[in-house]
Amino acid sequence: MGSLKIENVKKAFGPVEVLKGIDLQVNDGEFVVFVGPSGCGKSTLLRVIAGLEDSTSGRVLIDGADVSVTPPAKRGIAMVFQTYALYPHLTVKNNMALGLKQAGTPAAEIERRIKIASAMLSLDPYLERRPAELSGGQRQRVAIGRAVVREPKLFLFDEPLSNLDAALRVNTRLEIAQLHRRLKATMIYVTHDQVEAMTLADKIVVLNAGRIEQIGSPMELYNSPANEFVAGFIGSPKMNFIDGARLGETARTIGVRPEHLTVDAKSGAWKGTVVHAEHLGADTNLYLDCEKAGLITVRIFGVYNAEPGATLYATPDAAKTYRFGADGKVLK
Amino acid sequence: MSTATRSLPRTIGAHAILITYTVIALFPVILVVMNSFKSRAGIFGAPLTPPTTKTFDLIGYTTVFGQGDFFHYFQNSLVVTVASLFFVLLFGAMAAFALSEYRFRGNTLMGLYLALGIMIPIRLGTVAILQLMVASGLVNTLTALILVYTAQGLPLAIFILSEFMKQVSNDLKNAGRIDGLSEYTIFFRLVLPLVRPAMATVAVFTMIPIWNDLWFPLILAPSEETKTVTLGAQLFLGQFVTNWNAILAALSLAILPVLILYVIFSRQLIRGITSGAVK
Repeated sequence: MGSLKIENVKKAFGPVEVLKGIDLQVNDGEFVVFVGPSGCGKSTLLRVIAGLEDSTSGRVLIDGADVSVTPPAKRGIAMVFQTYALYPHLTVKNNMALGLKQAGTPAAEIERRIKIASAMLSLDPYLERRPAELSGGQRQRVAIGRAVVREPKLFLFDEPLSNLDAALRVNTRLEIAQLHRRLKATMIYVTHDQVEAMTLADKIVVLNAGRIEQIGSPMELYNSPANEFVAGFIGSPKMNFIDGARLGETARTIGVRPEHLTVDAKSGAWKGTVVHAEHLGADTNLYLDCEKAGLITVRIFGVYNAEPGATLYATPDAAKTYRFGADGKVLK
Repeated sequence: MSTATRSLPRTIGAHAILITYTVIALFPVILVVMNSFKSRAGIFGAPLTPPTTKTFDLIGYTTVFGQGDFFHYFQNSLVVTVASLFFVLLFGAMAAFALSEYRFRGNTLMGLYLALGIMIPIRLGTVAILQLMVASGLVNTLTALILVYTAQGLPLAIFILSEFMKQVSNDLKNAGRIDGLSEYTIFFRLVLPLVRPAMATVAVFTMIPIWNDLWFPLILAPSEETKTVTLGAQLFLGQFVTNWNAILAALSLAILPVLILYVIFSRQLIRGITSGAVK
């Protein structure tokens, strides 16, 4: 229980087409992440799945049943929002209970589910508090708890970590990953942060301008991106794109990830000047202005001492260099 | 003492301006209240001095309570004001919610149409309104006044409230929808508490003109049964002789209920913001 199928879903707001025909299959128990730049339609797609927006055309099937005309509450889904969206006038416990009460669940059953969820998310000390008395991380845990007690077929997360600070984000990310392992539920997660996508997903769906660019596991997307957009979006720092003509190549664009470049002080493929160096301890990011390749980023593992203005030679790993054609697609 | 965030001259300056304004604003009110406790000779002899043992006189108040049915007038005013206020807030908030929440054809046009009333004074339509009330047999009823005041208050209420409703988090409303709350529950339980400060502002702006209005009570409901306080006070205003004691006493009394309502709403203005729902 908990599969999702989307068939040719389109969504337009007036003349603006936000989703231009989305087809997607999510299997039971999968953790799927929608990732893409802002305005790519990922949140709209999630809202269409939730039933908060009607699609202009196409079908949404949950467990094989067409839910295109089913209201959100009857779809067997639960959603966690970026802004938590807790009911300000209710205690933590009642926040979690409200949806179940509306569905007519017996009180004893509600009590049992809240107990399990609050133990799972360590919310026990806060059950009688109101949202205003909780910190951001606690509020997001309550929001997750509210989703868990519904025991939905489908969990929907709409950028749940965006409002948390960096340290809390890593912790909550871990909690969501553990939650998925424990519940074995189907989860759909929307984010613009590719790190979240890479760390959480079984399957990543990369969206751009209302279309799916590529679907695959994190490593598939990293190792064999289908096109320039995916190659640039997955991986940090971003892949270097170099005009093929400048390198005397037939491909329009040559792509090489910063971690697949090596530098040497004496010799190498591309001669360049260090523009800036970022020392992160575990690795060092060098920005080189190369005569042939233009401005490129090189990621070196460990500490590397390079002063701005120094001359260095960068050499790409030929086996891990990508060639893109005029349409942006990878050339085999 | 000057600190980084405050300097003495600036503090004094700010207070001087505010105190001057307060004095100017309160002066007429104080004058009315002060003179209402004086004898006729006291009012005309030295209008600017507070009542002394010689000029102190409650004749104004005894006249007001003795003559005419002032308690009844108060009741009428209060019924009209509170009922109109209730309908303005209820319908205004509902219309504002619909305009800000739902996408439908003609949404913007409808919003403009509803806001048009801000620019057109309702008094221009007095003759038509009177004909309407006569035709529907509502002349000399409080219902007539309540209907007119509701219509008068709605445009501004919708205009202000729809701006505030737009700021209420979409996520919160959507969370309610996923939990199976009806649109009415979402409106009454989630959205209304969050726009309470705006509601209080609208309430204050709506209430005062209604309470003070003389025009529509005079035209639509001048009977003894339906007289409001402002209309009742006209009793003492003669063509040749005016009973100033009684008028001042009636006016002083008329301040009280509106003051109480204002205090209630202004408390909402201050503590209304419910944080913790989002962010």
